[in-house]
Amino acid sequence: MTAYRTDVVVIGGGAAGLAAAAVAANAGQETLLVERETAPGGVLEQCIHPGFGVHRYNAELTGPEFAARLVDELDTSGAKVLTRRTVLAIDRTTGAVETVGPEGRRTINAQTVVITTGARERPFGALRIPGPRPAGIFTAGLAQKLVNLHNLLPGHRALILGSGDIGLIMARRLHLEGVEVVGVLELKPFPGGLTRNVVQCLDDFGIPLHLSRTVTAVHGTDRLTGVTTAAVDEAGRPIPGTEQEFTVDTLILSVGLIPEAELVNQFVAIDPINRGPRVDSKWQTNVPWLFAAGNGVAVFDLVDVVAAAGAAAGQFAAQFADGDRTSRPEIPLIRGDNVTHLVPTALDPSVATTVHLRVPRPMERAQVRIGNGIVSRRFIGVRPAEMVEMEIPLEAMADLARLPEVKVEVIAV
Amino acid sequence: MKIGVIGAGVVGALIARELCRYDVEVHLFEREADVAFGISKANSGVIHGCFHERPGTMRARFCVDGNAMYDQLARELDFPFQRIGAHVLAFNRADEETVEQLRAHGEEIGVPGLAIVDRDELRTHEPHVNPHARAALWSPTVGIVEPWDVVIAAVENARDNGLNLHLQTEVTGIDVSAGRVRGIVTERDEFPLDAVVNAAGLYADRIARMAGIDTVQIHPRRGEYLLLDKPAGTLVNSVLFPAPTDNSKGILVLPTVAGNLLLGPTADDLPALAPDASATTATGLAAVVTGARRLVPAVDPRLTIKTFAGVRPEPTNGEFAVGPTPVRGFYQAAGMRSPGLTAAPAIARYLARELAHALNLPEKDAFNPVRRAIPRFSALTADARDALIRNDPRYGRIICRCNEVTEGEIVEAIRRGARTLDGIKFRTRAGFGRCQGGFCTARIIAILARELGMTPEEITVRGKNDHIVVGRVRP
Repeated sequence: MTAYRTDVVVIGGGAAGLAAAAVAANAGQETLLVERETAPGGVLEQCIHPGFGVHRYNAELTGPEFAARLVDELDTSGAKVLTRRTVLAIDRTTGAVETVGPEGRRTINAQTVVITTGARERPFGALRIPGPRPAGIFTAGLAQKLVNLHNLLPGHRALILGSGDIGLIMARRLHLEGVEVVGVLELKPFPGGLTRNVVQCLDDFGIPLHLSRTVTAVHGTDRLTGVTTAAVDEAGRPIPGTEQEFTVDTLILSVGLIPEAELVNQFVAIDPINRGPRVDSKWQTNVPWLFAAGNGVAVFDLVDVVAAAGAAAGQFAAQFADGDRTSRPEIPLIRGDNVTHLVPTALDPSVATTVHLRVPRPMERAQVRIGNGIVSRRFIGVRPAEMVEMEIPLEAMADLARLPEVKVEVIAV
Repeated sequence: MKIGVIGAGVVGALIARELCRYDVEVHLFEREADVAFGISKANSGVIHGCFHERPGTMRARFCVDGNAMYDQLARELDFPFQRIGAHVLAFNRADEETVEQLRAHGEEIGVPGLAIVDRDELRTHEPHVNPHARAALWSPTVGIVEPWDVVIAAVENARDNGLNLHLQTEVTGIDVSAGRVRGIVTERDEFPLDAVVNAAGLYADRIARMAGIDTVQIHPRRGEYLLLDKPAGTLVNSVLFPAPTDNSKGILVLPTVAGNLLLGPTADDLPALAPDASATTATGLAAVVTGARRLVPAVDPRLTIKTFAGVRPEPTNGEFAVGPTPVRGFYQAAGMRSPGLTAAPAIARYLARELAHALNLPEKDAFNPVRRAIPRFSALTADARDALIRNDPRYGRIICRCNEVTEGEIVEAIRRGARTLDGIKFRTRAGFGRCQGGFCTARIIAILARELGMTPEEITVRGKNDHIVVGRVRP
């Protein structure tokens, strides 16, 4: 049984992990990236549509192209990659990372562990939609994988439930491959994905978007034959008498992503709203040698931001591996009005910090206030589908550090 | 001598296995594409304590005997079985009288270890139980299994001992002449047989009528369930029951052997040919949540990863129909409502002995009762994993990440008879975890196609018209 010794081990070779490993290696730390697929890239490999990299590379790349650039950066950095290797466990005391692959088990002992394991999709069962269990019901990511990587068509006539980005992208994708896409349903009164996706995936192709509507039953014994839908009220409850039947053989679900925190959730503090590990300005969890970034911490929207988060985590992880063990008192960041997802959840006043947050409903004109206004900024048109980013400069930290806790809130102005 | 068993659910599978102890040719006929694809795949998986049964009934006798057989059965057939016990909760004076009655009946029929516990003792054992539960009947012999494990294991062992398994073979007629059974007829074939055992679950009355017997009447009783993700599995340590009604044992809260939390079932009696018997309903699912939260208020339905409905074969007179019939050579194990799973090993032993006696069958010298399950990577020690991977590197390739299921296990499941997505799922647990197949389904389709020499479009969920994909994107 082989053991590796390294300075930094990064778990998960998607956008965040690739960036983290490259930065850590460039900072002079011996770095190992562990990836369970045959090659790194993560979910980017199946995102063959363009639109990635506008911020990071000033270009409009497809997912695989974006991943390829990150892989080039990784190769240049000298970080090593182990592929076809799955992490089974992380020892909470020693930090030893247990892995397995066709070559057998391997333990990786590192100074620092960075966890960038991404997110999983909420499954159909979680929606508790009544009816039989016919074939033809897919989460959007699975449908995307089948179509884009396996050349397999999920069905002939599809309805999409959920207007998050993955659902919008799949509406277009399926339409382009000859599937009749009868529409996209969205529970909320506003779309769940980026505006550009609503335009480029639905409007441009004449695919109807039905807001405030959901699926209330599925039908069909062996294969799906149709679904019943209904309008919903502000609380998302179906309104009797508004039922509509759709004859479809395929139901695609884009109903939410959940950070994959299984490897650490028994010993790391988890944020109940983000559903991923609580991290500070340095992407460090409450376990000092464990850093986390990307969709495994909270679900982000732009892969550019995910890569930047990974890069930052890699930088701080490298510092920790290098021996920087200083820990400063941290200031808790707490949610005030109109804040759902929030990253980080603690401030390290020694570093400038980007705060990422989501609002629960669209707000035309909003002001994000941090620490009762010590830092504030106005935004036009904030929406749940688009994470808001705000810098807290180093200069503001002294004032913020005087507060027992720092509230982050969004006010309509 | 040839004996046919109709129905490869838990009852038929265990009967077939018992019959393989004797020097006789045994044929097991199953209409679905795999074993356990009927009632046996969707029920509570509880090995009951039998105190719900009335003294003097066949249900009581076979339940008590069957419960006691599960330790040895689980050892021989290598399936997970946990005797975690059960509490029947009493919320008021009427409930307390009811559970005391259950205790008394249980004692009368020979159930060991029953005791009434008070609120404190209950809460020590079950910290998350509803604080309004003032007492409970504690039954230490109650256990849990994944019911399809029992069926799959029994059939594998029976095949090792000579069983002939006929899948996708629906019995369309029973040949009877001069008051004795001569054989069965299927769509494709005729099988001359010296004896037939009807263990056809939901269709047992239909099969009985083919032999000219109309004393059995079955209708589906639907039970709806919610399966919650593993964090919820730690909410209870035993199987929790409410005080029963006349009609049913009630909505339970129980852990599964895999560590999930199972809530359910409801009990809807449906007309005999109801087409949507295994569909869940809005009211049914809501009732399960309400019923579950009454026992354990902390149950959070947002942790649900799967909902499903199982169907039990409810006999009109409520009693098992087990044993010989007026047609010589035609035996039945029909009306296998709850506690059918618990009673199955005892019914199998009884019927096999009846048949052996009637047909004068000698025992085989070399019956091997032991079957080894597919090595479960996730449950193995480090050394065992090393050995497994050295021997076959596919056991180092994780396909289902949620349950740590390897390619080696999936290939072995196919070797042992899986041809469908559900066949893989039930034999390996791949696709059963928190992501419910989101990450692994594409890979499993590819492995099935590769190993079976099929195209991906031919792969189905359960062997019906339920192909997972409909074709290629590009040829």
